[in-house]
Amino acid sequence: MPRRKKRTEIFALGNEAVVQGALLAGCSFYGGYPITPSSEIMEIMAASLPKIEGGVFMQMEDEIASMGAVIGASLSGRKAMTATSGPGFSLMQENLGYAVMAETPLVLVNVMRGGPSTGLPTSPAQSDVQQARWGTHGDHPIIVLSASDVQECLDMTITAFNMAEKYRTPVILLLDEVTAHTREKIEIPNEGEYEVFSRTVPSMPPEWYRPYEETVRGVPPMPPIGSGYRFHVTGLTHDRNGFPTQRPEEVVELMDRIHRKIDQFFYDIQLVEEIMTDDCDVCVIAYGSVARSAELAVKQARSHGVKAGLLKLMTLFPYPRRHTEKILAHAKTLVVPEMNMGQMSREVKRVNMGHAAVRTINRVDGQIVTPSEIFKVIMQG
Amino acid sequence: MSKNITGNEIIHQYLRHNKKFPHVLCAGCGHGIVLGTLIRSIHSLGIPKDDVVVVAGIGCSGRLAVYVDFNTVHTTHGRALSFATGIKMSNPKLHVIALMGDGDALSIGGNHLIHAARRNIGVTALILNNSIYGMTGGQSSPATPEGSTTMTNPYGQLDHSFDTVDLAKGAGANYVARGTVFHVNRLETVMVEALERPGFSVVEAITPCHTQYGRKNKYKTPVDMYKWLKSTAITVERYNELPEEKREGRMPIGVFVDRQQPGFEERYYAMQDGFLKRSARGGK
Ligand SMILES: Cc1ncc(C[n+]2csc(CCOP(=O)(O)OP(=O)(O)O)c2C)c(N)n1
Ligand code: SF4
Repeated sequence: MPRRKKRTEIFALGNEAVVQGALLAGCSFYGGYPITPSSEIMEIMAASLPKIEGGVFMQMEDEIASMGAVIGASLSGRKAMTATSGPGFSLMQENLGYAVMAETPLVLVNVMRGGPSTGLPTSPAQSDVQQARWGTHGDHPIIVLSASDVQECLDMTITAFNMAEKYRTPVILLLDEVTAHTREKIEIPNEGEYEVFSRTVPSMPPEWYRPYEETVRGVPPMPPIGSGYRFHVTGLTHDRNGFPTQRPEEVVELMDRIHRKIDQFFYDIQLVEEIMTDDCDVCVIAYGSVARSAELAVKQARSHGVKAGLLKLMTLFPYPRRHTEKILAHAKTLVVPEMNMGQMSREVKRVNMGHAAVRTINRVDGQIVTPSEIFKVIMQG
Repeated sequence: MSKNITGNEIIHQYLRHNKKFPHVLCAGCGHGIVLGTLIRSIHSLGIPKDDVVVVAGIGCSGRLAVYVDFNTVHTTHGRALSFATGIKMSNPKLHVIALMGDGDALSIGGNHLIHAARRNIGVTALILNNSIYGMTGGQSSPATPEGSTTMTNPYGQLDHSFDTVDLAKGAGANYVARGTVFHVNRLETVMVEALERPGFSVVEAITPCHTQYGRKNKYKTPVDMYKWLKSTAITVERYNELPEEKREGRMPIGVFVDRQQPGFEERYYAMQDGFLKRSARGGK
């Protein structure tokens, strides 16, 4: 057996790890507009992409243009991404909806800050969870991922690109300021140690190709613009040929497929980490940097004889309901700590349906949720 | 190229036959003439269909993209240029045409227009100026002439209207021209030049909307509107010779800017090439 090549270790910022992950996943286009606390992603991209053959970095005039450029790049066959924070995320919503409708793969990183409005520019928050889910208009599924430490920033960025390409959809990576600005030792995986998925391109002759055809996975193949497959892309509800339609059966077919292609792959999409959840009475459900505080709190509780566990959400949407349901078979209490007024606890309560008591811990003062805060609530049972 | 074929036969080669006609435009709308001009320009330059990308905004003008057999992207209102920028940078070999209405390009998309010009990105912006928001039912646009009546200016437009040419020129576009659908051969000439030029080129095509604009402003029929175009438009050369007091109410058409500066994509990839060559030689 060949000896595994030792991995390179670097000391990196969360935002830097995002860039590393994106490049490993094959990202070759970045369009963005600076905003705290996401700016380092853009700055490191500005330094990195021009060094790669064909790599394009563009500072656009605003976030709306950034999303437009990223979609244009993706339609042209690039793996493309942008990054932003709260107010910029709001501006990206319109074209994010377009990307859902036109089934355009891309990665959008939102390093959350407190709001509403320009809010708390440099303080940690998790206040865009529901905006990520419902920010753009219309009914649509969306994949939202998160990361709780710097290594995960790298890993989850690769995952975000893979899911975007696999399901022909925009993927949002939600980070908080603590994760984005923490500096930690991380390992850069060697080539072959991680999956890199690229979109399926059509193999049939161009005249047979129908851009929004039904397929087994619900995901039609996608050729780059200019490669000989000429078709129409639109944000309007369209038929299988990509042309606008208002015929009820065609509208329903499109909407069904866009939902189904995400919903049916929950085993691949809904990622969690389960820590001591097998027998827990009290389960903490947390994500982002708060999950790190929660892990410590759970371990402390265990050392005090309380059967505590942690369900760390790495996928926020579609909400990992099967993992939660499994825990509900034995847990009496669910604790949901977050740096917002309760945006994820809504989901937990929805799935819980009265099975267990749901206790929330909410901070909106720009301060982190500490292990001792969570510990205290766990001990209350 | 085939010989002795008529204009219509050329157009038919570029229409999508699997798309259900009739089209959405009103009879007498100038937008179809602009599209015809664009098709003939592309045809006369011999650009293969696969190398053309038409990126359209939202409006009656935006709907044109669906009918032509190129790579077509119907984007969000005002954002065509940003999509076009991403496409051009990803594949500089493509001829990218951003097709926009006056509301699209000058109002909601005004910032993108300014910055596409400043960047000098190698895209051709084709602005179909009908002085009004056609698709949404005749509200005023930044190009609505002062004093006109619209659905949102029942008492007359108070704002000054934008001059697309001045705006594009001031922002740094490489090539700026204006034509009208009445002077269709001249429009075709500038369109061909715009497609040939490197960098950002802007063609403003004055196109009448009798349904929404004319009806409320004493041009009730399409013919009234075309007569108006005929009587107001004048070549920029002749316009410049006119004394100040005679310029009032006349609209210069022709070429206003023609610089041959390399586009952003060209400068970007040159920078990258130099960089990669230096690092291949072991430099930094
Ligand atoms: C964000 C957004 N705002 C408003 C609209 C509604 N809308 C559709 S077309 C249009 C104006 C079209 O006018 P113009 O760009 O001049 O093109 P025309 O129809 O006259 O060709 C507007 C405001 C929209 N589609 N999207
Ligand atoms: S409303 Fe005006 S711009 Fe729209 S199709 Fe009719 S005439 Fe043309």
